Amino acid sequence: MTCTEFLKILDDVIDESIAVETRTEIELHLRKCGHCEVVLNTTRKTIEIFRRHEIYEVPTEVSERLHSAIMEKCKKVR
Amino acid sequence: MSTIQPVAGQDEQHPDVALVERVRAGDVAAYDTLVRKYERQIFRIAQHITQNREDAEDVMQDAFLKAYEKLDQFRGNSKFYTWLVRIAVNESLMRLRKRRTGKLVSMDEDVQTDEGSVPRDFADWAPNPEQNYTQAELAGILRKTIQGLPQGFRVVFALRDVEGLSTEETAETLGLSVPAVKSRLLRARLQLRERLTRYFGRKSPAIAQAAAAPDGDGAEA
Repeated sequence: MTCTEFLKILDDVIDESIAVETRTEIELHLRKCGHCEVVLNTTRKTIEIFRRHEIYEVPTEVSERLHSAIMEKCKKVR
Repeated sequence: MSTIQPVAGQDEQHPDVALVERVRAGDVAAYDTLVRKYERQIFRIAQHITQNREDAEDVMQDAFLKAYEKLDQFRGNSKFYTWLVRIAVNESLMRLRKRRTGKLVSMDEDVQTDEGSVPRDFADWAPNPEQNYTQAELAGILRKTIQGLPQGFRVVFALRDVEGLSTEETAETLGLSVPAVKSRLLRARLQLRERLTRYFGRKSPAIAQAAAAPDGDGAEA
């Protein structure tokens, strides 16, 4: 397996949707290619970091104001 | 003896469907529950697309109101959340169109670029790179990083990786093919990784020195 071939299936590796027979090939490639190993690990971390941290925090008072506005409008509809 | 368990998601009704039925029967409080459950996600999605706080607030209100008005069109065989996200995405795009009058806004904007999709920086990251930053600093870095992505990539990443929609749901929501979503997702992930490596990568002494220099920010050029 070449680096280009590995990159093409990187998403499937991350999402764990890889066929059993390809797994060995991937493992062999990663064992000898430090760059691809770093790319795999840091891409996983990238996703984790974005999942774990709220980047658009809404203050409670704003959230409450919006919530009330939505419910008020909905009540008028029916 | 073990008994045969029903497969979740096949026979069991999703709790949202029951809530939707109650709303249809005139129970507004049931809608309140649905709004509370998803308002944060909808706000985030709107913010990802519009990149503007006020617009995101308006989109969130309009999307929930529209969903309420159109509830009769919701088919119980699709997920309420995915249906709601689709409404929010459309509302967000409409809002963008209003802002940039006359300029076409679509999910295909800027997606031809391959820049950043081929890994160039192979510095590994420290085990817990977030620890070097305060929560506010980190949020700032993540915002700046994701805002630099072309819109068509940013939205795919936000729906698929941040909000947890499946590839198929993301495709359906954005009106894209599954291969298009997969290709955009891969490029979005790689571009974000590349950009975050600037902050989280373990630097070799020479690179660390250059980064510390006053104009060391120009790595992108």
